[in-house]
Amino acid sequence: MALPDRMAYLTVAMHRFANPARFQRIATAILPWSAGLTVLLLAAGLYLGLVASPADYQQGDTVRIMYIHVPSAWMALFIYANMALASAVGFVWRHPLADLFCRAVAPVGAGFTAVCLITGSLWGEPMWGTWWVWDARLTSVLILFFLYLGYIALVNAFDDPVRGLKAGAILVLVGVVNLPIIKFSVDWWNTLHQPASVSRLGRPALDPAMLTPLMVMAAAFMAYFVTLALLRTRAELLNRRIQVLQMARGAS
Amino acid sequence: MTRKKRRLYLLGLSLGGLAVAAALALIAFQDNLLFFYSPSDLQAKTLAPEQRFRLGGLVAEESFEHLSDGITVRFVVTDLTNTIPVVFAGILPDLFREGQGVVAEGRLRADGVFEASDVLAKHDETYMPREVADALKQSGEWRGDE
Repeated sequence: MALPDRMAYLTVAMHRFANPARFQRIATAILPWSAGLTVLLLAAGLYLGLVASPADYQQGDTVRIMYIHVPSAWMALFIYANMALASAVGFVWRHPLADLFCRAVAPVGAGFTAVCLITGSLWGEPMWGTWWVWDARLTSVLILFFLYLGYIALVNAFDDPVRGLKAGAILVLVGVVNLPIIKFSVDWWNTLHQPASVSRLGRPALDPAMLTPLMVMAAAFMAYFVTLALLRTRAELLNRRIQVLQMARGAS
Repeated sequence: MTRKKRRLYLLGLSLGGLAVAAALALIAFQDNLLFFYSPSDLQAKTLAPEQRFRLGGLVAEESFEHLSDGITVRFVVTDLTNTIPVVFAGILPDLFREGQGVVAEGRLRADGVFEASDVLAKHDETYMPREVADALKQSGEWRGDE
């Protein structure tokens, strides 16, 4: 497909999904499934991770922190990447739903980043011997947390919500340089944090008995995110509608 | 050119410029982004006397000993090319042992011994159950740090 054709196709596809009425229908259809899946996967993942999986040969039971820590870190990066993509779409194609989605999921991303930082700290104390160090990995994740908080503060700092969303979208796009830094910090520089166990060339450095609970937890967190994203975007949409109605009433 | 296309190019150019700027900044600060120096890094470096820094590497096999005062421990940090002896009086982390990764913070004394005020354990990315580790060691397939 040539580039102009592909652009036209993308635009049509996006217009279709960015249509608020259609979004409402799709959200209503998906929500019970994603919510149910969250409960099932979370129960299975917690059982597998905390009870059924083996202890590590050198870390013992402390390794179970991984089943919360690692999926939270993945979600923190994934949600930010989603926000960056939505901001780009909002900036170029001016779809109102894109900016509303961004605003809706920012607190979810901030929450996952906080969980990642807190569990990492709890894990670092017994294993490394310290709650916190300023190495490249830990510092870049802390910056990600501040980017989330900065975005939330910025979009709420304007009287005109549309201008706030625009300013926030620019912040999110600028902050996107932090994502590769977080991912590759453990390869580019020497850090106290160890390199990736799962996403690396060759076999994961993780025993299958530990990889399975990790993946189930990751799927549970993903289903949880989908549920929250749909719920919160729907709420943002209703909020926006109320604002428009109030403005119309004030004008008449 | 339509407005949408113009915005798309503007976005692409800005992000490209931003990526280049970030890459240049990170390369410029390369040295400051390292969490620790290896013994080989120190060979190539002249440090001010009394300068505090972090030394990282593996605890050399059969190098760990308690000194006669009963508090101070002595071990050798190696990167398999160069080595530096370390003394430390304090609590070692649980994962500390010979062959294990370690990051020590402190200063290099005039006699070439590193006096650590803090010792952290650094582990690798491998996780496995105890039985698997034992089986690997028995079959001689072990490529770990022990």
